[in-house]
Amino acid sequence: MPTKPAAAKTKPAGKKTAESDRVAVRKTYKLYIGGAFPRSESGRSYPVSSPDGRLLAHAAQASRKDLREAVVAARKAFGGWSRATAYNRGQILYRIAEMMEGRREQFAAEVAAADGAAIGPALAEVDAAIDRWVWYAGWTDKWAQIAGGSNPVAGPYFNFSLPEPAGVVGVIAPQDSALLAFVSVVAPALATGNSVVVVAAADKPLPAVSLSEAMATSDLPGGVLNLLTGSVSELAPWLASHRDVNCLDLTGVAPPERVALAEAAADNVKRVYAPSPADLAQGFTGEPGTARLAAFTETKTVWHPMGV
Amino acid sequence: MSKLFEYAPAPESPSIARLKPHYGIFVDGTFRAGRGEAVKTVNPATEEPLAEVAEASAADVDDAVAAARAASEPWAGLPGSVRAKYLFRIARAIQERARELAVLESLDNGKPIRESRDVDVPTAAAHFFYYAGWADKLGYAGFGPNPRPIGVAGQVIPWNFPLLMAAWKIAPALATGNTVVLKPAETTPLTAITLAEIIAECDLPPGVVNVLPGGPAVGQAIVDHPGVDKIAFTGSTAVGKMIQKSVAASGKRLSLELGGKAANIVFDDAALDQAVEGIVNGIFFNQGHVCCAGSRLLVQESIHDEFVAALHDRLATLRLGDPLDKNTDIGAINSAAQLARIRELADSGVAEGADRWSPECALPERGFWFPPTVFTGVSPATRIAREEIFGPVLSVLTFRTPGEAIEKANNTPYGLSAGIWTEKGSRILWMANRLRAGVVWANTFNRFDPTSPFGGYKESGFGREGGRHGLEAYLAH
Repeated sequence: MPTKPAAAKTKPAGKKTAESDRVAVRKTYKLYIGGAFPRSESGRSYPVSSPDGRLLAHAAQASRKDLREAVVAARKAFGGWSRATAYNRGQILYRIAEMMEGRREQFAAEVAAADGAAIGPALAEVDAAIDRWVWYAGWTDKWAQIAGGSNPVAGPYFNFSLPEPAGVVGVIAPQDSALLAFVSVVAPALATGNSVVVVAAADKPLPAVSLSEAMATSDLPGGVLNLLTGSVSELAPWLASHRDVNCLDLTGVAPPERVALAEAAADNVKRVYAPSPADLAQGFTGEPGTARLAAFTETKTVWHPMGV
Repeated sequence: MSKLFEYAPAPESPSIARLKPHYGIFVDGTFRAGRGEAVKTVNPATEEPLAEVAEASAADVDDAVAAARAASEPWAGLPGSVRAKYLFRIARAIQERARELAVLESLDNGKPIRESRDVDVPTAAAHFFYYAGWADKLGYAGFGPNPRPIGVAGQVIPWNFPLLMAAWKIAPALATGNTVVLKPAETTPLTAITLAEIIAECDLPPGVVNVLPGGPAVGQAIVDHPGVDKIAFTGSTAVGKMIQKSVAASGKRLSLELGGKAANIVFDDAALDQAVEGIVNGIFFNQGHVCCAGSRLLVQESIHDEFVAALHDRLATLRLGDPLDKNTDIGAINSAAQLARIRELADSGVAEGADRWSPECALPERGFWFPPTVFTGVSPATRIAREEIFGPVLSVLTFRTPGEAIEKANNTPYGLSAGIWTEKGSRILWMANRLRAGVVWANTFNRFDPTSPFGGYKESGFGREGGRHGLEAYLAH
C-alpha cells in the first residue's frame, strides 16, 4: 500500500484530499480539566482561524466557572504531584516528549496553520518544543541540588534548605507562539512540582489543545495541568484574583494590561512572574536558563539539633 | 508550684545607651533634623519619653533617594573586596558597641536585655560579617557569572527586632552593590539611627546608606518613589498586600516578609521537658512579637492534659518586668496600640468560648504589659486560632494523627514557620515535607542564623533573607 506523501498531512483535517474521497473525522477542540476533556460549561465556543482567514475549528470558550473548576482540579492534584519523586516527574515529562514525537507531523500541521507558516519552520518549532520537554525532564532531579543545600549555622544544628513547588500556578501563555512558547512556560512550572492552570493563546489555541491530549497519555496525573481556551481578557482577572492560586505568570499579557492583574494578585500575596519586554524580545528559541524554575519554587529551611 | 526564688535585681544602667535628647535623619552622609513631625519615642516599660526624633518628610525622601541614586554607580563599581571591607568594619563596630546597642534596644523596644544582648545585637553583627564575605564572591553564588545590583533599595522594617531587621536589610543590599534608603519603625528608631552613626564612622561613601525615621507616610513615599528600584518590607500581611499593590507591574522588584500563625506540633513521644521549653521560647520570646512565633500549639490529644499542666508550671516561673534587668524573661509590649490589639484579640478568645489562663503575675503599674497567656479548648475557627496576635498569647489545639496535625497546621493563609516535637526521625522528615512553611524547626524553635534562609510561603510573603538565597533579592535578573 503506497504511503501518503507527507505534505498531505499538513492540510487541515477534514478536507477531502486528492488521494481519497473519504470524509475525514474532524476533531472537537475541548478544554482539559482534571484529566478530562469537557466542553465549556457555558456551552460557548469561538471560531479559530489561520492568519489568512481560513476557519480551522471552533474552540471551547471557557468561562469563569470553568476556570474555577480548573483551579479546584489543580489544587486536588498538587499534593500527589508535588510529592512524586523528582525521578518520577522526570520520567513523565520525558514521556510527554515521546508522545509529541510520535505526533510530530500533526503538531507541525497545526502550528503551520496557526501561524500561517510553511511546514519547515513549523516542524522546527515542534522539534524545539519536544526538546524543551526533554531539557526540563532532566531538570526535575537536579534543581534541588542546584537551589538547595546545607547551611553552616553557628550552633549544634543540622540545617538544610531545599526548593519546593509553590502550589497552583496560573499561566497566561504567550499570545504569539502556539506551541514552543506554550511548552516553555508550562514545562518549568510542572518540572518543579507545581500544578498548572494555563490559558492558551486566544488566537492560536489548537496546538496547545492537541498537546493536552498528548499529556493525557503520558501518565501525567489528571489535574496537574489544566488547559483553558477562550478570551484572555475575560479569564485572566479571575485567575489573578483567585484565592487558591499561588503564583501568576503574566508572560502572555502585554505590560499595560499587567497592572490590574498584578494588583489583583496582591490580595493573597501571589508570586507574580512578568518578564520584561526586553527579556521577551529574546524569544523562546534559546536555552531557557533557570529563572522559570526559580520563579515558582519556595525555599524551605529545616533545622534539627545535633546531640546524643 | 513552689514559690519563686527571690532574685536580687541585676539591672543594666540606662546610661550605657548614651541616649541623646534629639535624633534626626541620616541623608547623604550627614545627620540633620527631618522636616517631618518631631515625635517623642517612649520607653514602653515606663511610658517615659526617651528622646525626640525629628522625622523625615516627603521632601527628605526625595533627598535620600537622590543621594542613594548618586551613590549607586560608584558603590556598585567598587571592587567587591572593597565593599566587603566596609561591611566587615560595620560588623566589628557593632561588636565594639554591643552593650550600648543592647541597652538602647531594650529601652526603645521593651525587650529583655538578655534577648537584645544575646540575640539581637550579636546576630546583627554576624549578619554583616556573613554578607561582607559574599561581596567579592558573588560570581560563585549561582546567580550567573557576573551578577549585577538592582540599584536603589527602599527598605521598611518593623519594631520587633529594630537593629536586627536593619542588619538583615542593609547587609545583603550593600554586599551586592545596591544603595539603601531605610525606614525604621516609628516606635523604635533609635538603634537604626545609631547604626547610621556606625556606618558614618566606618567612612562609607555618603548616600550609600540613608536612614529615615518616620511613620507610614514616609514608608509609602519610599515605596511609591520612582527613583527606587527595589522594595524590601518586613511587617504585617495587610501592609504587605498594600505595598504589593502599589508596586504592581511597575518594574520595581519586591520582597516581603510578613505575618505568621505558626503551628508548634507536639507528639506523644516527644521529650516533654524540652518540648515545653521549646513551646515557651516559641511564643514568649520577645513577648511574642515575632512573625514566626509558635502561636498555635498543636498537642497530641493523649498527652494534652499532662502537657498543659507542665506548661502552666513552667510559665509560673517566668519573670515579667524591667527589660533592663538581666533576670527578666518577659519585657514590655512595644506600644499602647499593640497592647490594645493583644487585649482585643485575647478578649475575643474568651468571647468565642476558649479557656483563658495566665500565671499569677504582678504587672508593673506604668508601661505597657501583658501577662503570658494560654488558651485551651480553642476551636480552629476562632480568631485566636486564625489571626496573628503578635503578643504573648498561646492557643492550644489538639490532634490525633500526623495527618490531622498537618491538615490543621496548614489550615491558614500564612506559611512562615512551623515546629515539630517528636523523637521519631522518619516522622520529623515526613512532617517537614508536608508543612507548607518556609522555616521548619524540629525539636527546637526560633533559631536564627545569617547563613540560614528565612521567609515564608503563601501570605507570609516571598523572597528569602539570609544565606546564599538572601542575595537573590538584591541581584538584577
